[in-house]
Amino acid sequence: MDINWLDANYLPWLIFALPLLSFVVITLFIGRYKMLSGVVAAGAVFVSWLLAWAVFFKTTATEEFGINAYGSSFEWMDLGAAVFRMGVLVDPLTAVMLFMVPLAMLMIFIYSLGYMAAYPHDDPHHTRFSRFFAYLSLFAGAMLTLVVSDNLLLLFMGWEVMGLCSYLLIGFIIERKSAYQAAVKAFMTTRVADVFFLVGIGYLFAETQTLNFREIFWNPAVLERLGNPEETGFIGLSAAAIIGSFIVLGTFGKAAQFPFHGWLPDAMEGPTPVSAMIHAAAMVSAGVFLVVRMFPLLEAGGQVHHGDYTLPLILMGVVGSVTALGAAMLGVAQNDIKRVLAYSTISQLGFMIAALGIGAYIAAAFHLITHAFFKALLFMSSGAVIHAMEHGEHHAHDLGHHDLPHRVQPGEATPWGATYVGPEGDVASDEEWQPHVPDGIQLSFVAVPNDLQFMGGLGKRIPVTKWAMLAGTLSLAGAPLITAGFWSKDEIFADSLLFLTDAEAFDLGAAWLHMLVFTCLVFAATLTAFYSMRMWFLAFTGEPRSIMAEHATLMSGHHSNEHEHDEHQAEDHDHEEHHEHKVAMPWQPDFNFGTWWATYRDSALMQGPLVVLAFFAITAGWVGIHPDFPILRWFTGSTNYYHDFVGETLLEHPETIDFSWIPVLFSFVAFGIGATIAWFLYGREPLKENEQDPMIEVMGQPAWVALQNRLDIDNVWLRIFYMPFEIFARRVVAIGIDKETIDGLLEGIGEVATFIGETFKRFNRVFIDGVGDGIPMLIGLGGNRFRNIQSGRIQQYLLFTALFLIAIGAFFVAQAL
Amino acid sequence: MEEFSGILTGVLFFPIIGAIIIFLLDEKAKNEARWIAAFATGASLALGLLVFFTYDVDLAREPHDVVNAQGDTIADPENPEQNLSSIDFQFVDNFVWVEDLGIRYQLGVDGLTAAMVMLTGLASFAGVLISWGIEDRPREFMAMFLLLVAGVYGVFVSTDIFLLLFFYELSIFPMYFLIAIWGWKETREYAAMKLTLYILIGSVVALVGLLVLYFQAGAFFTEHPNLLPATSDGAYSFEFNHLHIAAQAGAFDIPGYLGFDAMTMSRFWFPFIFIGFGVLAGLFPFHNWSPDGHVAAPTAVSMIHAGVLMKLGAYAALRLGVQLTPDGARVHLPWIVFLALINVVYGAFIAFRQRDFKYVIGFSSVSHMGLVSLGFATMNITGMTGAGLQMFSHGVMTALFFATVGMVYDRSHTRDLPSLGGFITKMPMVGVAFILGGLVSMGMPPLSGFVAEFPILIGLWRGIPEEIWSNPDWATALTEGGAEYYRYIVLIAVLGIILTAAYVLRVTGQAFFGDFNEERYPEVSENPLRIQDRLAIIILCVWLVVLGIYPPIMSDKIESAVEPVVALLTNF
Repeated sequence: MDINWLDANYLPWLIFALPLLSFVVITLFIGRYKMLSGVVAAGAVFVSWLLAWAVFFKTTATEEFGINAYGSSFEWMDLGAAVFRMGVLVDPLTAVMLFMVPLAMLMIFIYSLGYMAAYPHDDPHHTRFSRFFAYLSLFAGAMLTLVVSDNLLLLFMGWEVMGLCSYLLIGFIIERKSAYQAAVKAFMTTRVADVFFLVGIGYLFAETQTLNFREIFWNPAVLERLGNPEETGFIGLSAAAIIGSFIVLGTFGKAAQFPFHGWLPDAMEGPTPVSAMIHAAAMVSAGVFLVVRMFPLLEAGGQVHHGDYTLPLILMGVVGSVTALGAAMLGVAQNDIKRVLAYSTISQLGFMIAALGIGAYIAAAFHLITHAFFKALLFMSSGAVIHAMEHGEHHAHDLGHHDLPHRVQPGEATPWGATYVGPEGDVASDEEWQPHVPDGIQLSFVAVPNDLQFMGGLGKRIPVTKWAMLAGTLSLAGAPLITAGFWSKDEIFADSLLFLTDAEAFDLGAAWLHMLVFTCLVFAATLTAFYSMRMWFLAFTGEPRSIMAEHATLMSGHHSNEHEHDEHQAEDHDHEEHHEHKVAMPWQPDFNFGTWWATYRDSALMQGPLVVLAFFAITAGWVGIHPDFPILRWFTGSTNYYHDFVGETLLEHPETIDFSWIPVLFSFVAFGIGATIAWFLYGREPLKENEQDPMIEVMGQPAWVALQNRLDIDNVWLRIFYMPFEIFARRVVAIGIDKETIDGLLEGIGEVATFIGETFKRFNRVFIDGVGDGIPMLIGLGGNRFRNIQSGRIQQYLLFTALFLIAIGAFFVAQAL
Repeated sequence: MEEFSGILTGVLFFPIIGAIIIFLLDEKAKNEARWIAAFATGASLALGLLVFFTYDVDLAREPHDVVNAQGDTIADPENPEQNLSSIDFQFVDNFVWVEDLGIRYQLGVDGLTAAMVMLTGLASFAGVLISWGIEDRPREFMAMFLLLVAGVYGVFVSTDIFLLLFFYELSIFPMYFLIAIWGWKETREYAAMKLTLYILIGSVVALVGLLVLYFQAGAFFTEHPNLLPATSDGAYSFEFNHLHIAAQAGAFDIPGYLGFDAMTMSRFWFPFIFIGFGVLAGLFPFHNWSPDGHVAAPTAVSMIHAGVLMKLGAYAALRLGVQLTPDGARVHLPWIVFLALINVVYGAFIAFRQRDFKYVIGFSSVSHMGLVSLGFATMNITGMTGAGLQMFSHGVMTALFFATVGMVYDRSHTRDLPSLGGFITKMPMVGVAFILGGLVSMGMPPLSGFVAEFPILIGLWRGIPEEIWSNPDWATALTEGGAEYYRYIVLIAVLGIILTAAYVLRVTGQAFFGDFNEERYPEVSENPLRIQDRLAIIILCVWLVVLGIYPPIMSDKIESAVEPVVALLTNF
């Protein structure tokens, strides 16, 4: 077999094989060499990135690429009636993913080299650093496998391996119990969803004899048959509806949609913002990628653009919009910078899922790409911020400050006034409305370096991060016209408003899903603008609100020369400024690379990727501008590049909807309102040290606390509308809903399983073993009884013989009579 | 007809000769005994690998028409278009043993048993390596162990039913002694007795059924001598292919058996044979010998026990149950599927609740063997191939599980999960191997467990082949209209997969993660892993990964073995 691996049909194999190879190499051979492992891992991803972009740019130059997609496959397992093939496929959807994923991965790897080098946890054998890069490589390989796979089976493999990696990375610090619990929670939640997915795959294969995307989606006859409840399926639903629902459930797990969303905020236990980013920007995107991929099957049997929805689409529309809105609300009141981003991720994924639910295929795929860029940027920036804060803590220690803020202990006042009552505290004590332990992180409240309340003024300390993060924040908020987030969100709005703008196609009454999605998403977008700007203002503007923020830095030279600090301990702040400027920059005459690198290594490795991503977080949206958009169309020409390119993925290219001002107007207003409020509250007059968060006054303490307690949103509701039921509200909602809805449900399932397991165990012990052991016991018992017969006494034998003879005699006599 | 290739005889006799030599050794010759055992099992493993990799699938797929003494091809008496066919066994060794009764020393493998022979080789070789540290009468231990291994090999390679049953019983007795003498002090006598009784009674029940078939076949061939294959020694023969032809010719399907119109011999005796052997495969509700036995047995014996012995039951149930009484299988498997389903879910639930490290693994075996039975019950190629793959995959995986648990137990002297913890920091290789096994057991792709479970799942979705349920002459209440309930069975069975993930994570978390208690478990640092332990772990782990990434090395062979079974089931 003579294969030119550099041919575009075969190249995709190399793209995902390289990171997997580096995983194997690091695990088996070079694990003990710390830097080598990191460099090998990053190098492999670098080459993958080059290859991926080579493929991408070749695809953009290919005519009619939807039909002339690249790909190759081989027979993997032949089970007689079932032949499974493994293959790669680069179609337009894959191509855009290949543009985004490897680039984001490469940035993560470079960033991790910087972040992990100064990782605060001690690592005596250096295995931890290598292990981290091994997992990261495996993760990258799995994600790329998923992206280029041409069939559901290979996709599922990548999918599962990613789930495994997330488990390994979240629980990376195996000694920490909360990390392990979070890892198990993430793994089990996604696992439950995955099993549904697997069942769906099995069913699909049983119906179609293939799992290849093209063979199913480009074959209208197959889709027709699957979508027809008369021909396939059972319980009155078509096969497509059942399979689709299973697949959608799988996505809900991976993409952290309600009610499977609980694991994602907990996953922030991951050791670094890097891994958090992996979970948030890559893995969950894979979930959305799956439904985008499977879209033709999900809509089979319905006419979504005319208000005839199929079951999977309804599921996606409802769950997606509810999640988008709900998570955005919760994002408002988070103080942990990573957690703000976690909720925003859940919310943004909800946007995509909801968009897909109303058939906005291109818009969902577009938001997937732009979101990945700006969310990767945001997570890495937050990592830089946290890292700087941690450095600030060490540094302040070195300078003799010991009264650092610490994790809030039970019974102490939190920065926003209320008393933290601790994990076991009675939440409903008299008048106070208090936050309880958020999100299942049982052992620690918000870690201090992550806490927005203790930041402030970081812009002066880490300016590059500040501006890069601003780009990401604006994109997330959907700042009009310039940012990527605006364009993709706008497209979702445009699609969801179809029932107004293209009223002919719709019976207005039938478009309920469109209406629901639109309503929820507009509110969610407003909230998103608000909380993302709030986060940025709190972190970077104003004066430092803690000694850590005051000393925050990303430079690595600081504690390498501790004795120096001892000497100069008395001179504090000024000295430090001086110290920082001592190292000559590249443009200064006495520049020495060694010294510069020693000081700025981490800073450069961490902030370099931010700049790259910031560029894409702004510009990635410009390829998807509507061709009729006023003024801008003079610059972009009269095509929507993204739409035309990705649209070819489907057999029936989706139509471009007519330009309308209504959705654009809503995009403007949503951003305008959200951002303006944020500016009034946080930007105009930045928060001071020990000052209460202004939102508390605006919303009222109970509401604020309720948001912090996530599902206690119900609490507010009850407090406002049902005063008479207040006692009930306190007793049941504060304790009940939060503890007993989602977490309670999960725990409940666990308890039920435990109970059933225990019952079975007992049943097994008592009944089944009882019978199994009982029979020999009875035999033994019987034997014991009959043993007496064989006593050895002749008289007794004679007696028995006589009795026996009498009995026989009696029998014969009876017969004769 | 005499044939001799010698390879399978080698596989079978290396352990037997090894055992004899070890018995002849001086009592103090501990190391010599170990080395001889390692050599014997290693040689068998090498031959097993040779058999597996040189097994010719294409040859197996060719039609195997049978001729009678006149040289005519034997056709199905009810359907003259259809020729009867025999199973292709390769590497055949074939002698007359007891001529009068039609008993032969006849060895051979098909695709499935080729894989099972290799599995036995892997588990037994790894078992010997892991038992290197046994100081209590290692000579007797190794000899017994080799006898056990020989018995297991014998069942897989015998193609004469008498010989097969002979080895079947032979494998039980060394097991009794191994558990009762070297087992865990608390329960060893109870467990050994329980195991022996369960399996013996099961096999006796099955034996009665097989004897009935033997006599019926004899009578049948005496009546229809033109249907008698030329290779048979006479009308009465224990040869597998002889009985197989009788089954195809309808010898066991004569209605009116025992005075009932719808009853036939195969319908009556199938449950006895299938469930009789199913006892050894841990079929609910006859599974309870297995967790107790696993727990009480010493590590190497647990490995063989859970890894190979349970497959012995499944294999015998398939070969002697399904293949000799196919009509019975069609009638009964549609309800036996529920027993299998209970196995899967029930075993997983109990494993989820166990505190004892070994009991978790024991019940997980019960759960996973349920998947094998589920695969058989699909009666289609996909599901049955999955079942075969699951037999191999589970064998290697559970051997690995018991090996790692044994290594932890040898150093901690407790199997109480809550008091363990942090072992991965001290024994990283063991921890990683256990996690790998755990991933296999929860069906994580691309590892062997997924490759096995996924076809079973698809097989269940497809359900019983259409040829069976659409046949107007054949119907049961359960399967009318295509046995759609198999789909609901999938939906319940996946609960087992979820629970598997749950208990694997729980055990991993409790035993390997968290803080390590140095004071309580000082032996862990004092007593590092031997090179033999590492080798054993590696040879097991490799297969889990290789099979998962590239299943055709095995799926092809197993598929070639189940094809005739399905053809038999779908051909009336």
